[in-house]
Amino acid sequence: MSSRHDVDKPVVLSLDSSLDSVDKAEEEVLRIAESHGFGEEDLQKIGMAVRESMVNAVLHGNQYDPEKKAGVKVEMYNGGLAITITDEGAGFELVDVPDPLAQENLLRHSGRGIFLIRAFMDELQVRRLVPRGTEVRMVKYRSEEDGSNPNQ
Amino acid sequence: MSIKASTRQVEEVTVVDLSGRITLGEGSTVLRDTVRELLGRGQKKILLNLGDVTYIDSSGIGELVSGFTTVSNQGGQLKLLNLTKKVHDLLQITKLYTVFEVHNEEAAAIRSFT
Repeated sequence: MSSRHDVDKPVVLSLDSSLDSVDKAEEEVLRIAESHGFGEEDLQKIGMAVRESMVNAVLHGNQYDPEKKAGVKVEMYNGGLAITITDEGAGFELVDVPDPLAQENLLRHSGRGIFLIRAFMDELQVRRLVPRGTEVRMVKYRSEEDGSNPNQ
Repeated sequence: MSIKASTRQVEEVTVVDLSGRITLGEGSTVLRDTVRELLGRGQKKILLNLGDVTYIDSSGIGELVSGFTTVSNQGGQLKLLNLTKKVHDLLQITKLYTVFEVHNEEAAAIRSFT
């Protein structure tokens, strides 16, 4: 399990729409990221982004529906770690997500997940799937100041 | 490890010592129930000690905000004590650091309640 993954071979998971799946996805992605030399600070950011995206998928997307799955794909991309998370929900567009930093939204109880993903990852794309669902693709590159060893 | 919460009374202020993870599910539920229970007992001066909170996600942040607004709406005060760097950074990037009153020293925090 500690060996470095083949960079050309994505790891693909199909997970139930449950909170346990959030933990499973985070653990698996972090295991892969660590094997590719990401340092502690990057790992924290990646882990948080994966949790937020998985919560969006199983809760807001699939609404804990046992018939629906959350998909996770992890692969190396241009020297970074690309993580794609899909759900089978109604779908959403980034432009429809309110800005949580706007004064009128500061005291909202929810709506910060996408903002945090964007803050912690280097790239983020969201697209609505046909006939249903959402695909969130995020990429993290190793931070130079993070003490990571790319040759690890 | 999920969250643990214990309360103690210091003068008129109820200090809630939290440890573990405040995340969607049990973590945020425990925080919500603790604040509601205190309000139900008429305790409206609440200091959340987050010194041993190792992790907080957007649901946990939402629960902190919810607690803050609920207590404020009932004429009380909810303040934060001992933020770890991770939690401090999260509140900073979400601009909530300016919303919450944050303290690093318990005695000074207790004195700040009016």
